[in-house]
Amino acid sequence: MESPTKPISYLDYKGEYKGILGWIFSTDHKRVGLLYLYTMLAFFSVGAILGLLMKIQLIAPGYTIMGPQTYNSLFTLHGIIMIFIIVVPGLPAVFGNFFLPIMIGAKDVAFPRINLLSWWLYAVGILIVLTSQFMGDGPPDTGWTFYAPYSFQTATNVLPAVFGAFVMGFSSILTGINFVVTIHRMRAPGMTWFKMPLFPWTLYGTAWIQILATPVIGITLLLIIAERTLGIGFFDPALGGDPILYQHLFWIYSHPAVYIMILPAMGVISEIIPVFSKKTIFGYKAIVLSTMAIAFVGYFVWGHHMFTSGMSGRALFAFSFLTFLVAIPSAIKVFNWVSTMHKGSLDLQTPFYWAVSFLFVFMIGGLTGLVLGSLATNVHLHDTHFVVAHFHFIVFGGTGFAFMGAVHYWFPKMFGRMYDANWANLGWGIFFIGFLALYLPMFYLGIMGMPRRYYDYLPEFHGGNIFSSLGAIVLIAGLMIIFINLVRSARHGTKISEKNPWGGTTLEWQVDTPPTLENFEEIPTITGKPYDYN
Amino acid sequence: MYSGASTFVEGVDNAFVFILGISFFFLIGITAVIILFLYRYNKKKHPKATQIEGNNTLEVIWTIIPLILVMGMFYYGYVGWIPMKRPPDQGVEITANARMWNFSFRYDNGRITDKLYVPKDTAIILHLNAVDVLHSLYIPAFRVKEDMVPGLPDNKMWFEATKTGTYSLFCTEYCGLQHSYMYSEVVVMEPDEFWAWYADTTALDVEVPEGANLVLMGRQIVESKGCIACHSYDGTIVIGPSFKGKFGETITVTTEGQERQIVYDAEYVKRSIYDPDYDITQGFRAGQMFSYEGEISEREIDLIVEFLKSLNE
Ligand code: HEC
Ligand SMILES: [Cu+2]
Ligand SMILES: [Cu+2]
Repeated sequence: MESPTKPISYLDYKGEYKGILGWIFSTDHKRVGLLYLYTMLAFFSVGAILGLLMKIQLIAPGYTIMGPQTYNSLFTLHGIIMIFIIVVPGLPAVFGNFFLPIMIGAKDVAFPRINLLSWWLYAVGILIVLTSQFMGDGPPDTGWTFYAPYSFQTATNVLPAVFGAFVMGFSSILTGINFVVTIHRMRAPGMTWFKMPLFPWTLYGTAWIQILATPVIGITLLLIIAERTLGIGFFDPALGGDPILYQHLFWIYSHPAVYIMILPAMGVISEIIPVFSKKTIFGYKAIVLSTMAIAFVGYFVWGHHMFTSGMSGRALFAFSFLTFLVAIPSAIKVFNWVSTMHKGSLDLQTPFYWAVSFLFVFMIGGLTGLVLGSLATNVHLHDTHFVVAHFHFIVFGGTGFAFMGAVHYWFPKMFGRMYDANWANLGWGIFFIGFLALYLPMFYLGIMGMPRRYYDYLPEFHGGNIFSSLGAIVLIAGLMIIFINLVRSARHGTKISEKNPWGGTTLEWQVDTPPTLENFEEIPTITGKPYDYN
Repeated sequence: MYSGASTFVEGVDNAFVFILGISFFFLIGITAVIILFLYRYNKKKHPKATQIEGNNTLEVIWTIIPLILVMGMFYYGYVGWIPMKRPPDQGVEITANARMWNFSFRYDNGRITDKLYVPKDTAIILHLNAVDVLHSLYIPAFRVKEDMVPGLPDNKMWFEATKTGTYSLFCTEYCGLQHSYMYSEVVVMEPDEFWAWYADTTALDVEVPEGANLVLMGRQIVESKGCIACHSYDGTIVIGPSFKGKFGETITVTTEGQERQIVYDAEYVKRSIYDPDYDITQGFRAGQMFSYEGEISEREIDLIVEFLKSLNE
């Protein structure tokens, strides 16, 4: 269809501004999505290198490559980057922005300018966090949790880090509001709630958590600022405050935040598995309902981070019970995903490798979560390396693998080019082996009693640490292959203009590759189900 | 894992075995199914997918069965844990005190140690106290852990050791620079041996025998009380000023907001240990060092002073 009025790709579009300004002032949801993607890739690389340096420090007891103060600020910065800059905005900010409107048949999100503002707030928040590293009395060393009263007593530069996280919180809230309104008001005609694809569904659940939970951390961070600057005693016992109150407020947000991280990942997996199985998703409604159940019950389990904090026994009983309940919807999802593969026609391509390995690491992450949810075993494992391994399996294994899957799945659509599949698969394989070697030994170390946030350790923990550190090196090697392949392919990969390279059924595969500025020339009318392979 | 070193071990390890057992079963089972599918339904072998929308019976089954299993896990976790929350009325009461970055344990007769000595087969009730920031007392072999929260009244934990021996004791709550060096040991003794140790009241305060090496004794105190986490002997600055070459010098401090010159003498050292925030050494901050009142005796301070003097040479 080479007509002279052929609509122009969003990548080639020249608006008011040129060059980089055409990106950072663009309100096109696709460009905003890519802005997030580039920012995240840059910071993820930094965070990963920090992680590698920490693992090298731990390869042998004692001083290896850095002193304890450096180590402590590295794990703090690693946590702040990975949590606040990468996985919390993560999938919604990148792929939600890019694909939510397209998948529901809209031309943009409901409030494109607010969407751009979100990215700006995010960028400003990052800059503020960065100042904490280079100004004042040295980078913060509190851990990303900023637990009171240590965060009041340390001489390091805690305030900018806290304030940066506060600003990024607004970005998160605005994205949440934008997505909720978009999903409510802008679905294509005929797309009833239960005809909506699953990735938008998980974005919907996530968006509500962002709106409802993020203000709590905002207020908490403000209280820290007030306490540190004005000396009002909320959390520091030296000023008459209560440090356990801080933990409650912190986890009231930060536990639901774990679901902000993992729900969209589940959405991505629910997209990839049907496409590469050439089969409709098994138990669509069960997956939708379990998504909403997780988003809801997820609010009431924050206390499981505090089983040894000195809460009353009755509260612990309730928190443990609810924690076990929240495991059920995740299990239901796994069963439905595996059943989707049953009698499918499985096409083993890079995105599918990521999805299948997601299932494996996510199961390990989830099952070890049960070990931590149970009271007796939690007391033994709390604040040990077991916890570190568990949440890396969920956040890096779960969300991270889904993110990689998403990149390799939507890459041709986003860039109009294809990556080299052999390199991508090789990178996946090395990464996967490195991942297991890095984190599996940590479960063992935790059961043996090695505490977390440990610069140095007793000789009895040496064996597991050697393994884990070598795993980190392998993992980084895999990551480099993956990144180099992607970056190279985004610029020089073979061009494709085929609309639907994988044979997907959702709307993003019915539009041009790469999408045009307005996505759709004509808004489609939806009649069927989202994953109809008949 | 460990053999039963405390009465809690059995309950906790039962929960471990139950939960891990079921988890391994599902992990291995589901992974095997996935691998089977990857092989069996590969598009080369199975070019046409069969469309299946779902199955309500299956959904119900795989909701109910996991629900029952996790309730079982919850139950095991609960029974293994509830004894920890129910300290007996009687037992040996010890106060555990945490500060950056060491533990000290105070017994009813006034004895203070840096390792935790306890009798076997006796309930031990530990009253938990933190001077500065959060710490957490963890004895892996006993399966116990509880945070030590500054300002939290009546915070305690208990256990009963069932085997003599020496076990690691860690601080598991991140507490700053030397967190990874904040560990100690639990020494479990036969009861009569313990009570003999306990009754040895000569250990209540340091004994300074005739002709003893005072400098060495002072150095041992400085090291066992954890001062070297913040103060060096060689001039490097860690958190606080170095001890090297200071004794007898005139230094600048801030006292109640006023800068003044004072002599670094025995009196100053004592005040620095009992009331550290009274004089703030120039270039340092208040609120870092916490008082050792009740933990270090005046006789011990005299020995510390001897040691500090020796650093002038
Ligand atoms: C948590 C870190 C920390 C620990 C542990 C600590 N101190 Fe300090 N100490 C400081 C700081 C910081 C200062 C300087 C601020 C001040 O004057 O209060 C200081 C000051 C001092 C001074 C005054 C030194 C001078 O040059 O003016 C003496 C003496 C001293 N400490 C002795 C001790 C002894 C003895 C111990 C062990 C029983 C000890 N400290 C444990 C942090 C610590
Ligand atoms: Cu500690
Ligand atoms: Cu600690």
